[in-house]
Amino acid sequence: MSYDRAITVFSPDGHLFQVEYAQEAVKKGSTAVGVRGKNVVVLGVEKKTVAKLQDDRTVRKICALDDNVFMAFAGLTADARIVVNRARVECQSHRLTVEDPVTVEYITRFISSIKQRYTQSSGRRPFGISSLIVGFDFDGTPHLYQTDPSGTYHAWKANAIGRSAKTVREFLEKNYKEEHMESDTDTIKLAIRALLEVVQSGGKNIELAIMKRDESMKILVQEEIEEYVTAIEKEKEEAEKQKKKT
Amino acid sequence: MALANVLQSESVDFSNYGRKCRGFTSSLYETELGLESVGGDNLSFAVRTACSDGDGSERKIQFLHGTTTLAFKFQHGVIVAVDSRATAGAYIASQTVKKVIEINPYLLGTMAGGAADCSFWERLLARQCRVYELRNKERISVAAASKLLANMVYQYKGMGLSMGTMVCGWDKTGPGLYYVDSEGNRVCGDLFAVGSGSMYAYGIVDSGLKQKDLTVEEACDLGCRAIYQATYRDAYSGGQVNLYHVHSEGWNRVSQSDVLLLHQQYQAEKA
Repeated sequence: MSYDRAITVFSPDGHLFQVEYAQEAVKKGSTAVGVRGKNVVVLGVEKKTVAKLQDDRTVRKICALDDNVFMAFAGLTADARIVVNRARVECQSHRLTVEDPVTVEYITRFISSIKQRYTQSSGRRPFGISSLIVGFDFDGTPHLYQTDPSGTYHAWKANAIGRSAKTVREFLEKNYKEEHMESDTDTIKLAIRALLEVVQSGGKNIELAIMKRDESMKILVQEEIEEYVTAIEKEKEEAEKQKKKT
Repeated sequence: MALANVLQSESVDFSNYGRKCRGFTSSLYETELGLESVGGDNLSFAVRTACSDGDGSERKIQFLHGTTTLAFKFQHGVIVAVDSRATAGAYIASQTVKKVIEINPYLLGTMAGGAADCSFWERLLARQCRVYELRNKERISVAAASKLLANMVYQYKGMGLSMGTMVCGWDKTGPGLYYVDSEGNRVCGDLFAVGSGSMYAYGIVDSGLKQKDLTVEEACDLGCRAIYQATYRDAYSGGQVNLYHVHSEGWNRVSQSDVLLLHQQYQAEKA
């Protein structure tokens, strides 16, 4: 009487166990965080330490879908590769038929539809990834969406997925300030600070990508990340000093 | 039949393009790229029309190409002017044909060629545009609407469709005007005239558009006059001049003028 055998079967209390197990797989993946600022959108991922002989350029968790949209994921890398491929083709198909770049909502809806289709066909299992999709629409509005293995999607101001996502999300809720989103540096700093909460050994294990309005995605180099990290640590020290004084 | 496929499947729906286009490096060099992307079940679209003779050569269906339709962009939108005569050879079948199809409150399509083809495909386009609007919570652009129509009829290229239409509208990029036909042409432009009387109409509009910044009234008058001149010289155009104006809020029907009355009016002005 196990209800997790075939994907198409509901359990008596209304669960789709395969989908929930897929969400567990996501929770095992490395953390990804996304923040939507006013003029910039930021995605940061935790970089797993690579083996000595491994070329770390092949482990890219942030992928550009088009000039105006990019995404990061948490979960099974192989599944993500398939989803990213389909999304990239769809972005171009959309440009071909509609003569306009995709809106972030459209491509999110497309990815979610794919994921949902796999929760409702026989012989297939759901995709084991959650993704954070960010970008700017044709009219310049920034967006951040999160999708999960069940095929639902929601828009967020800031969110985290993967390992310790809950901790990071709580940090974001405490520290997200609308006024700070006006400044690009503050938005980026928030993303880095959120990641630093859960990533061991600081800036070396963070990969960050940003996109400013009307510019293409930029992956920050290690030195730039270190700059932000040192600035953040300085601010932390000052805050501590202030606390001690009062 | 092919029609059932078009109506039942989620045809020309964006999500299907992604599915079919995957792994298509080989089919890039094949001509059925257009066919492949429609119809969830890979049924071939090779439907032979029923009117082929015993020896395999197909009899051509007589279409009503006699018409004059005209559309041009100007500062305040798009003017669409058409005649209303339908002919079958030398026989005037009707003097009151509606050659402007109202796709939706902000998109118009004109009809030249096969009347059934035009009205059917444009109504199908209207359905597709509405679905787009519901899915994406914003109006479809004129470029996208004309692309949808062009892609729809391209699948039937060579099967005897006859349609030469102008898709006119106003979207977030301003006034839009596209010429789409059953050969697969899709062209963006500022001025198009389609039909047997098009040359006469071009003459009038080309000389009238020289002056920049027409007012709405001047543009309407120009469109009216152009169609009138075409009906004057072309035997296959006549009836009434139906005039539409597309602006930022949508389209509205400006006038319907009988050609004979126009003739008398212009003659009086000359005197």
